[in-house]
Amino acid sequence: MATESQFHVLAVDDSLIDRKLIEKLLKNSSYQVTTVDSGSKALEFLGLHENDPNTPSVSPNSHQEVEVNLIITDYCMPGMTGYDLLKKIKESSSLRNIPVVIMSSENVPSRITRCLEEGAEEFFLKPVQISDVNRLKPHMMKAKNKDQQQENQEKQEKQDEESEETEKSEPGSQQPQQQHQQQQQQQQQSNNNKRKAIEEGLSPDRTRPRYSGLTVV
Amino acid sequence: MEVVQMQRRFVEYAASLFREGFLDGQFTQLQQLQDESNPDFVVEVVSLFFEDSEKLLNDLSRALDQQNVDFKRVDSHVHQLKGSSSSIGAQRVKNACIAFRNYCEEQNTDACLSCLQQVKQEYSLVKSKLETLFRVSARSLLLKDKTNLESGFQTSFSKSDC
Repeated sequence: MATESQFHVLAVDDSLIDRKLIEKLLKNSSYQVTTVDSGSKALEFLGLHENDPNTPSVSPNSHQEVEVNLIITDYCMPGMTGYDLLKKIKESSSLRNIPVVIMSSENVPSRITRCLEEGAEEFFLKPVQISDVNRLKPHMMKAKNKDQQQENQEKQEKQDEESEETEKSEPGSQQPQQQHQQQQQQQQQSNNNKRKAIEEGLSPDRTRPRYSGLTVV
Repeated sequence: MEVVQMQRRFVEYAASLFREGFLDGQFTQLQQLQDESNPDFVVEVVSLFFEDSEKLLNDLSRALDQQNVDFKRVDSHVHQLKGSSSSIGAQRVKNACIAFRNYCEEQNTDACLSCLQQVKQEYSLVKSKLETLFRVSARSLLLKDKTNLESGFQTSFSKSDC
């Protein structure tokens, strides 16, 4: 891959104004954007059919027709809420690795906790700011690295098998271990960020509680 | 000289809207998002807001005019209006909506009607002020372009600090 391919974000919101806003925010960050106005349309786009939740139409290594690197969705939508959509994505073997971010105009701590516990990477309070969108890249990079690591690991295991056969000992298992440690560190750090986000949100001197981590106003 | 005066007029007018609470920081965010690839972004979003709001205000009038008011429906409309006004930075409209929602919860028709009046008033104010702002902006841009053509000088106007 000679050229850096753009990240593709799927934005879900029933409000036309908010869709226009989030689209501009994302495009200004050089992301490819697709917007839909409902959770069911989002699932359709992702290749998952609502009526058949057990149909992983794609393999875990994602051979979807269109690759989506992140899903950002409004919480309050008629029919399928953002939370329902999040759950369906996390329940799908083909889609669960795609990072999901929730947006909401309402600051309800229990709602935020519930979404984070269900696997949302971030929870943005509306109106979404440029500084919020700047937080998305690490999640997409991490997911991409994870896929890459999985590929590497599989390749490495295959190599190890082959090298065993030829009776050659190699410190080839170093790499996956280091990567695994890195992954653990990253996971810990992101958990710390989430915890801090919730604490930060409750501090009285902030005019607008933000549940998106270390944003400095 | 004329260009500078017009630009100053724009900046001063915009500043007054912020000072008087008609607009908040979110409107500035909209201005910051606008660029050469979409030079009419702010006007487009605000126009959507006007369309959306007018429809919602009509729906609200109708909903509150019923024998048996469906407060859930009323609340849903107000929630939408609160969201869109918040998204464009129409602070006073947003605040009026917040108050409105409290009375929806109480299921108090009279109070709701009074809130609706308030929201309509704030909406009408911010609409006329934004229209004025866009007029002043367009005029100063036209003047700037004319001057630029004459003097071969280019500046970027879209990201003015207000």
